[in-house]
Amino acid sequence: MPAISFEGRSYPVAAEQSALDALLAGGVEAAHSCKAGTCGSCMMRAVEGALPEKAQAGLKASWKAQGYFLPCVCLPDADLSVAKVGSDARWGAAITALERLSSDVLGVRLTCDTVINFRAGQYITLLLGGVLARSYSIASLPGGLDIEIHVRRIAGGKMSGWLHDTAKVSDRVQIQGPSGDCFYLPGNPDQPLLLAGTGTGLAPLYGILLDALREGHKGPISLFHGAVDEGGLYLRDQLRDLAARYTNLEYTPCLLRETDGSMACGSIEQVVLRRLPKLTGWRAFVCGDPVIVNLLRKKIFLAGAASRDIYGDAFVPSALT
Amino acid sequence: MSATQSLYEQIGGEAAVNAAVDVFYRKVLADDRISRFFDDVDMDRQIAKQKGFLTMAFGGPVAYTGKDMRTGHARLVAMGLNDSHFDAVVELLGRSLAELNVPANLIAQVAAIAESTRADVLNR
Repeated sequence: MPAISFEGRSYPVAAEQSALDALLAGGVEAAHSCKAGTCGSCMMRAVEGALPEKAQAGLKASWKAQGYFLPCVCLPDADLSVAKVGSDARWGAAITALERLSSDVLGVRLTCDTVINFRAGQYITLLLGGVLARSYSIASLPGGLDIEIHVRRIAGGKMSGWLHDTAKVSDRVQIQGPSGDCFYLPGNPDQPLLLAGTGTGLAPLYGILLDALREGHKGPISLFHGAVDEGGLYLRDQLRDLAARYTNLEYTPCLLRETDGSMACGSIEQVVLRRLPKLTGWRAFVCGDPVIVNLLRKKIFLAGAASRDIYGDAFVPSALT
Repeated sequence: MSATQSLYEQIGGEAAVNAAVDVFYRKVLADDRISRFFDDVDMDRQIAKQKGFLTMAFGGPVAYTGKDMRTGHARLVAMGLNDSHFDAVVELLGRSLAELNVPANLIAQVAAIAESTRADVLNR
């Protein structure tokens, strides 16, 4: 009889019993609603053990990759270790580089004490002094101890103010995470990719772009970065160099306000849809200001992209109730 | 097709729900009559809700009670949800299924299940 281990206890699973029912029978107050694999409210994460395919049917590829599954339709064939979504450990890290990317964006390199398993485009929460916590997207590739983030100065912002004005190399911080489902997965290397974001929404997009290129993505990749004015655009030289090196990459910086005509102009969703009116079959990543992210996701969906192929960094599994 | 198959099985079960959800939700979002009721800040959450709705309308294993229906739609009723909006949703549901080549007799059964929730959805 397989067993499920959860928060230090073990729960036996009877034949034909779902993981959810096994947990409920054992007295766990597990959130649930439809018990049919559709509403998503019971979603958990498998930390160890193999999941039956049915337990992840219909979930986004990036949720599957992180072990998210629906216990109500999971009939385990073998032992599983599961956790609530969003329960994350903390790690220590040191600031090892600070680089000004534009007038109000600072690139910060963190070197972690141990290797953290993350994917470019996910986010971490930075903790300072145990009370101050802010989330930042990861703009660099995994594989080592380093994590790079882009920090925009927020007026009156405590963490961004500290990083911009006070922090110095070798200062210590703590990291929680990673979280988020906005990242590139190999497979389907010919699928066209749309990356669109505003402000420091470029950070996860840059990470996702580097990841896709490293994985040898062959389909067209179209990156749009929007800002209010020229001061909000950054990494332009790096992105132009990449676009020159990879013929399948197109980089479109765009400004909200009227320019001299050398650059695309308008709100980012207008610029994207003017260039790419039909998005059937595309995979899309959208990051940045939540209002713009929401609008972009909807426009991209209406332009034909499948809902499960649209990734945004507003994903919070615990809100799926 | 066996006569003992349930409506949910005849339509194609969970795979049919997954195929229909984008077609249906795209129509809903693009329809000026009703889009404002579905314009959630979180599209993933809306998709999950629509999957629940489709599963129920297909006669599948989702057990919403009348009370669930009432509390779930109370906010929308307060926003002005009425019969005309309900009709529009049933219409778009039928058009989505027709587009996916679901036979007319099955679409009629789906419409009847949706119809059975009208009083609870509209909180009457």
